[in-house]
Amino acid sequence: MKSKLIIAALLSVAFNPAAADSKFVANLDKVVAESFKPGPGQDMSRLVQDETQKVCSETRNNPSAAQAAAINAREAATIKYPASGKLMGDWKNGEKLVKDGFGMRIGNIEPDKADRQKGGNGGNCYACHALDPKEVAAGNLGPSLTGYGALRGSGEEIVKYTYNKLYNTQATVACSNMPRVGHNGILTPEQVADVTAYLVSPESSLNQKK
Amino acid sequence: MQYKAMSLSLALALAAPLAWGEASVADYRAQLADKDANPGFLVIDRGEMLFKEKRGPKNASLEKCDFGLGPGKLKGAYAQLPRYFKDTKRVQDLESRLMTCMVTLQGYTEDEIKQKLYADQRKNEDNTPMEAIAAYVAYQSDGMKIDPPMKHAAEKDTVKLGEAMFWRRHGPMDFSCATCHAEEGKRVRLQSLVNVYNAKDIQATMTTWPTYRVSHGVVRNMQHRMWDCHWQMRTPDIDYGSPASVALISFLTNQAKGGIYDLPGIKR
Repeated sequence: MKSKLIIAALLSVAFNPAAADSKFVANLDKVVAESFKPGPGQDMSRLVQDETQKVCSETRNNPSAAQAAAINAREAATIKYPASGKLMGDWKNGEKLVKDGFGMRIGNIEPDKADRQKGGNGGNCYACHALDPKEVAAGNLGPSLTGYGALRGSGEEIVKYTYNKLYNTQATVACSNMPRVGHNGILTPEQVADVTAYLVSPESSLNQKK
Repeated sequence: MQYKAMSLSLALALAAPLAWGEASVADYRAQLADKDANPGFLVIDRGEMLFKEKRGPKNASLEKCDFGLGPGKLKGAYAQLPRYFKDTKRVQDLESRLMTCMVTLQGYTEDEIKQKLYADQRKNEDNTPMEAIAAYVAYQSDGMKIDPPMKHAAEKDTVKLGEAMFWRRHGPMDFSCATCHAEEGKRVRLQSLVNVYNAKDIQATMTTWPTYRVSHGVVRNMQHRMWDCHWQMRTPDIDYGSPASVALISFLTNQAKGGIYDLPGIKR
């Protein structure tokens, strides 16, 4: 009986990749629990997936239309605005936040300083995006944001779209590679407003003609 | 001479950031490529001494350690890892197998070993014995084809589990390994990223680990790389030799099958 079960399991691996993949995904939570040891310095809650992370993991960032719509709705509902209601903040502070971002690294081997382990340190945007052309060390995992506001104007709709995208990119792009910067606490709503200003404001250094 | 230098720097300055970044990484690697000058060899030599030295509560060397080809058989062993081991009933990579031998042959405890796994490069520390020995054992597969066995069901399962883990999104950045390592021509800042689904690319990567890391001043191995990635993903520390880390390494090694080990590597 046992050998028949083993053969069946092996056959399912060989001829039904989708089912096999979901079998391994289901087993993964158990393996993860065995692979990260709790203790001081280890915030195990970071390993707990929310529904959106689960769907994006299982579908390898290729959700169905229905799944994508559900993700967009769920994530849009998380968006918080600054108490002032102003979605455009201080672009000079936004420029600093765009450049900085070291922080939120934990554990017992090379944790960041305690006050930098929570968010609010900056967005580390140059890891993935080109912005100011003077900064050559820019990644390309995300689209270029050079001249962002110069290209799009600074109307109310653009301001709101940009703020929302920064706060929770998956409100518009399900399973986007970009972190949910506001929702996950990387930046506060006020900081998101500052970065919005850096991107959109006509006064921002990002939008000056060279 | 001066004229030539000026026009080169002008060309570099005028080149698009993408081209400049990639050209300079390629130049950097070319300048490091003199194998005889690789400081990693000093660590390998030290690893050989430590491997043969009687150490631990049992005062024994590691010369009877079975890395998959039989006790004491080192040549080609790393090239055929990870693999399933009957005595531990699980798939193991080099680093976890080394820990098994340090425990069973030398009498160390896992907790003892895990107290201090890695050299702290911020304090200019030398590689730990574990790191040096792993570098030595891996080097015995220099010039050999990456060829981990895929016969045992556990070996196949572990590769599939590794791929599932590769796509798992978690942590405050919503990162998975795939966020950075599943597309062509991507870079973080100016550091180009390997695409594990491009055979040549992943072979170039996996054939050169363990590697001397210039920015660390020490040799690093795949377990450290798995730890480093998860640290940057803002998760807790992934446990040394854990099932998830071995599964990831199994997946990556399988992606790179057929590549020829060129050890020790040297990288940023």
